[in-house]
Amino acid sequence: MVTPLPEQAPTDRGAGSDIRVAAIAKGFGNYPALHGVDLDIARGELVALLGPSGSGKTTLLRIIAGLERPDSGTVMFDGEDATGLRVQDRRVGLVFQHYALFRHMTVYGNVAYGLRVRARRRRPPRAVIRERVRSLLDLVQLAGFEDRYPAQLSGGQRQRVALARALAIEPKVLLLDEPFGALDAKVRKDLRRWLRDFHRASGLTTIFVTHDQDEAMEIADRVAVLNEGRIEQVGSPDDLYERPASPFVMSFIGETVAVEVVTRNGVARIGGQRINTALDGIGDGPSLLYLRPGEISITAPGPGTLAGRVGAIRRTAAGYRVEVAIDGLAAAIDVLAEKVEAKPGDRIGLALARTRLFPGELRSAS
Amino acid sequence: MTAAAGRLRRLKAPSALPGFGIAFGYTLVYLGLIVLLPLGVLIARASGIGISSLLAIALEPRVAAALRTSFGISLAAAVIDVVFGGLVAWVLSRYRFPGRNLLDAFVDLPFALPTAVAGISFAALYSTNGWLGGPLAALGIKVAFTPLGILVALVFVGLPFVVRTVEPLIGELERELEEASATLGASRLQTVWRVLIPPLVPALLTGMALAFARAVGEYGSVIFIAGNLPYVSEIAPLLIVVKLEEYDYAGAICIAAIMLAISFVILLAINLIQAWSRRRFGGV
Repeated sequence: MVTPLPEQAPTDRGAGSDIRVAAIAKGFGNYPALHGVDLDIARGELVALLGPSGSGKTTLLRIIAGLERPDSGTVMFDGEDATGLRVQDRRVGLVFQHYALFRHMTVYGNVAYGLRVRARRRRPPRAVIRERVRSLLDLVQLAGFEDRYPAQLSGGQRQRVALARALAIEPKVLLLDEPFGALDAKVRKDLRRWLRDFHRASGLTTIFVTHDQDEAMEIADRVAVLNEGRIEQVGSPDDLYERPASPFVMSFIGETVAVEVVTRNGVARIGGQRINTALDGIGDGPSLLYLRPGEISITAPGPGTLAGRVGAIRRTAAGYRVEVAIDGLAAAIDVLAEKVEAKPGDRIGLALARTRLFPGELRSAS
Repeated sequence: MTAAAGRLRRLKAPSALPGFGIAFGYTLVYLGLIVLLPLGVLIARASGIGISSLLAIALEPRVAAALRTSFGISLAAAVIDVVFGGLVAWVLSRYRFPGRNLLDAFVDLPFALPTAVAGISFAALYSTNGWLGGPLAALGIKVAFTPLGILVALVFVGLPFVVRTVEPLIGELERELEEASATLGASRLQTVWRVLIPPLVPALLTGMALAFARAVGEYGSVIFIAGNLPYVSEIAPLLIVVKLEEYDYAGAICIAAIMLAISFVILLAINLIQAWSRRRFGGV
């Protein structure tokens, strides 16, 4: 059961298993879903698998759960090879986006299911089952709902029943597949906080799949960003935001602006204007400069700034979104500012607080 | 305001979908004219005969045997249809395989085929020199011209009712239910028994009621394969025809009225079980 443990370093206080995924490849027909994915998850860690649809994140989760068989590679639980282990024997708690509750069973029946289907010699006595279901329903704040049917519950309540059902078998790892995707914003927020608190208290190894970067950054200890069947980067939310390993991670997490840069003889230029940036091994030729809108500021034109002209200015909740056409560039970029003194048409300079250069060319005008 | 007027008003609650009056009226007229009127005539004619002579006819050994044959075998056929029809529906809606559409079309054939054609085919197939009848006879099993033959014919005509009632519901059972059950440690058998079948029970019962009703009324396919031996393989509908041919109209009406009463009781019972299971296992 879930007993709050004293505060310690995350790796020491964990419950459940550590999980190692090595060189997992999986294809569906001609479509490769995963190419050689490696991922280590420590005992007690909360890891998010983040990526757009079709990135392979759900496939990876289902392989860990044992619902899909990888074409090659291994899945280890606590250092033991679990690749060939049947779903039934893996003891994973799986929560689906659409709850997958058993409609003809009450809340009690749903939560008790995993205990009731056990072979007689491993099945706890009826009183123990009742006690465990009760404490799980307390945990998910659904005490008193035992006799309701899933159809009589709201979406958030259903998902909490699904969580209680998954935890009833004392899983080695809790796996959540887009758990909050079908819920409305307020409920989603509450459940996120609940999951975070539950994880802090239980320390159970947890992996959840999401396409929502805010959700991943907010809840997870570490985030694995997947794209087209590969892991692009694994790191803490800070790492991903501050030190993105690829343009994909940069643009998937947080708002970004990509600007075309041409480097010649070790000098990078935007629209012919020289900029100061670390080249990080970028050779001559076209490359892309990624900027966060908040890291660009509008100043007076002058040395060390990019010259440009103000276009439309729009009010947002937090401040203003200013369109700036940089001299020599076809597409305008967006700058976020709390206050704007310039008016549309004014000539200004852009100061870049931070620049990240990646190889590549602008494919579409975005 | 009287209570009756209040009830009337409640029936006519304002609705965004108008047409209740005309639709309800049409339904009543239709049901009355097509269904209830003929049955009413039957009951009126039968009641002219009197309860005691009605019972006397029902207890006549040959009539009693025919009624037992009809209802007993129909019930057995409906139960078999539930098992195999459920399986066919499962395979058709869960798996994708070459020839699935063709198989799907075959299921409806018993609906379309003149039942006499089916009866003649069955008789040819299961007679002692038929393709199946020969080998079965070697095993000592005789199908054609026995009650077993009646069962075969009735299973045939009832099958599509179960398949077509259950199929749409199987489509609604998400695969995730099975996956959730498996991750919770349930074996495949437990998953089928505890997760997949219970939500289908109301539909299976509906299919069974339809198959049973069809089987009780079946005539064409049965008489060709049954052999129609009085006391052994004679069905009640055939006995009615026999009575008519003997110009014993009172006897025919009596048997008809008795069949009507028994059918009504059995269908009502199935409907009640179904309503209960619907409450128990959730909406369909």
